[in-house]
Amino acid sequence: MAAVFRAEGLGKTYPGVRANDDVSFAVQPGEIHALLGENGAGKSTLVKMIYGLVRPDNGRMFLEDAPHAPHDPRAARVAGVAMVFQHFSLFDALTVAENIALGMENPPPRRELAARITQVSHDFGLPLNPARRIVTLSAGERQRVEIIRCLLQEPRLLIMDEPTSVLTPQEAELLFATLRRLAGQGTSILYISHKLDEIRAHCDRATILRHGRVVDSCDPRAHSARELAAMMVGGEMRLIDRSGRQAGEVLLQVRDLSLPAPTAEGTALKSVNLTLRAGEILGIGGVAGNGQDELLAALSGELRSVPGSITLEGRDLSTEPPEPRRTAGLLSAPEDRLGHAAVPDFSLTENTLLTAGARKGLVRGGLIDHRAARRYAEDVIAGFDVRTPGPGTPARALSGGNLQKFVIGREVMQSPRVLVVNQPTWGVDAGAAAAVRQSLLDLARQGAGVIVISQDLDELLELSDRFCALNEGRLSEPVPTEGLTLDRIGLMLGGAHGMEEVRP
Amino acid sequence: MIQLVPRQSASSFWQIATPLMAVLATMVAGGLLFAALGHDPLAAIRTIFWDPLFGPAASYSRPQLLVKAAPLILIASGLAIGFRAGIWNIGAEGQYIIGGITGAAVALAAYPAEGMWIFPAMVVAGAAGGWAWGMIPALLRNWFGASEILVSLMLVYVAQRVAAWMAFGPMKNPEGFGFPGSRNLQQYPAAANPELIAGTGAHWGVVAAAVAVLATWFLMSRHIRGFHIRAAGTAPRAARFAGVRPQALVAFCLGLSGALAGMAGLFEVAGPAGQITDKLGVGYGFTAIIVAFLGRLHPVGILLAGLLLALTYIGGELAQLTMQLPAASVQVFQGMLLFFLLGFDLLTRFQIRRRVTA
Repeated sequence: MAAVFRAEGLGKTYPGVRANDDVSFAVQPGEIHALLGENGAGKSTLVKMIYGLVRPDNGRMFLEDAPHAPHDPRAARVAGVAMVFQHFSLFDALTVAENIALGMENPPPRRELAARITQVSHDFGLPLNPARRIVTLSAGERQRVEIIRCLLQEPRLLIMDEPTSVLTPQEAELLFATLRRLAGQGTSILYISHKLDEIRAHCDRATILRHGRVVDSCDPRAHSARELAAMMVGGEMRLIDRSGRQAGEVLLQVRDLSLPAPTAEGTALKSVNLTLRAGEILGIGGVAGNGQDELLAALSGELRSVPGSITLEGRDLSTEPPEPRRTAGLLSAPEDRLGHAAVPDFSLTENTLLTAGARKGLVRGGLIDHRAARRYAEDVIAGFDVRTPGPGTPARALSGGNLQKFVIGREVMQSPRVLVVNQPTWGVDAGAAAAVRQSLLDLARQGAGVIVISQDLDELLELSDRFCALNEGRLSEPVPTEGLTLDRIGLMLGGAHGMEEVRP
Repeated sequence: MIQLVPRQSASSFWQIATPLMAVLATMVAGGLLFAALGHDPLAAIRTIFWDPLFGPAASYSRPQLLVKAAPLILIASGLAIGFRAGIWNIGAEGQYIIGGITGAAVALAAYPAEGMWIFPAMVVAGAAGGWAWGMIPALLRNWFGASEILVSLMLVYVAQRVAAWMAFGPMKNPEGFGFPGSRNLQQYPAAANPELIAGTGAHWGVVAAAVAVLATWFLMSRHIRGFHIRAAGTAPRAARFAGVRPQALVAFCLGLSGALAGMAGLFEVAGPAGQITDKLGVGYGFTAIIVAFLGRLHPVGILLAGLLLALTYIGGELAQLTMQLPAASVQVFQGMLLFFLLGFDLLTRFQIRRRVTA
């Protein structure tokens, strides 16, 4: 039987990142095919190319043996590719039927459409009333709207991007039953996830991506979760050079830190406890959106907490704003480089003033010493090999990797007592990533404490002495990284929903 | 086809060129308008832009330039700081009126005492009045998330009613034969804001405007607070990361611009206007918004823009007298200036490229 979809040697490069490199795989008719990989492994880029959102730099795609090169999603839909995104694009104030009609090329009359929606939702076991308004629906029901919107096009290939991340276990079961039924009728499904158990239970085939390349293709049912994780993360764990580092006295103590979600999309922090010692690197893993941004904001001072929850070398900083925390030696570098860690329109010189004013004497008595700021920017540029015409260049003109080196360098060169970084090498090319990691190791060697929040398991295993996972705002007990098995990591990371139930 | 391509950073050439282009375009469009009304466009333009400075009656109108520019520059200096931070005080007119009233209240309460302290106390009271009026939208925004744009604008109309009440009620001149309006402060030496150098029009408000230009320049380019204000305007999250408290920033910007507007109101009441009347607000607070933007929110630019807008006031009046142009023409002129400026502003942030379409 001919493959429904085939990719041959697909490649895509973004500035500084090789997102996909020589990717080849095939999806058979009626197959639920998993795309497995860590965050940043290139899964999203790959499916965006199939769906016409991104154009490949090289390589070819075939849909039922016809060349497939969609220049926009509409062309992809016409060719028979449908996609359900992780984030829904629905209008809250409109009904289910109205939303579906909006996404169609030639919507049929309303009554007919409503009948078809009811028909499809009945056929595939997705209960949904076409007259309900979106605002009244749960996340699972909203996803059904998106799925039915796709099914009405009768696609040959249905792409689902981490569909269970927003579902309750019951809703997920319902979804899998539907997918099974669809596959039984011959529709192929490309299923993106990093939840190993899900893939082992429901997928026929898995293509595993790491750093933009296909590393393996297998029948997931024939492998253990451990084996799959090993393929995903990269098999052997690297030897970690911990030389010259020794855990010293306690620097940072976080006790029972709880914070309500700062925004509607945010995550509440629930009773987070951690202890960081001098010379130590603590790695915090977890899927994005589980409280990483909030934890960093609570430590940086953007969010305040109850007295006693955050102490640095015995000094209570819980209610202090960012400036006094920096003076005390608690520094941080947020994930979002442009707009959070740096002001895009400001020059690098001006961007030093964002955090280094007090510790580097760039601001005295409220007055800015522009010359000192410029000198410090030059020092950071030289010390961290930031490729830029000069300190007068606006931050937005730098590539992601270079700006990240500048942001990390700006904090590291202030000699912090404790440095907290979130996603320090996200979207950064390999060379810059290595430089950033080395600087964090060096900082710890000099006796500072470092907290690395990251989704990159390789990075956390390489850097950290102890490892813990952040799930739905809860931080697990830290475990020593040395001797840590992948089974254990998978349990800590992927067991987000399970952990909650296990805990009393 | 024409395509707009965003620039990596705002072009400094267009930063300066766009206000000049806006002025030119206003002259052209204004000329067309006057021609349509049946007037000689060149004569009208000359009457507005040339005659106030160099025409036959220039000796009378030239001092007026500083008299009119001072409140515009003083108010716009404060507004520009808020605008840089993305905090939109549209109600400087109201803060101006209230500042005039609270400042005059000190003088009227002290009357007929003499003393060196009276005028400085009036200035402080005027600033305090404007500050308080500006703090109303600030607190409502901080406490309830109310839009400072709407609240500050609406408070202008409240302030106008307060001025009318004062003029007809509590502040009415007891020796004024029943006419509305307060005592004339120009005839009360301890409270008057006189012309400091004869023939220049320069009063204490001009001095204050000059100080405001220098002080805001210092704040925005040398002080960390100004840096935080600029950061908050372009990247609010980065500003919070740096340690800016958004609520404090709202209170600072609205309070400061209110205080400067209130001061401008006091200088006007104690000087050129002379008394509290129900016609206290003459639109300086609104025109100052144009001045702030035309001056690129930069102190030096505001200085130049303030003088230019003052010129359109005087020239407009002159054109009314000599050419019988309608009174609204000045406002149309000022409005067109802002309109063209915002339109040409596109050029500072985008590049225009010609696209060849297949």
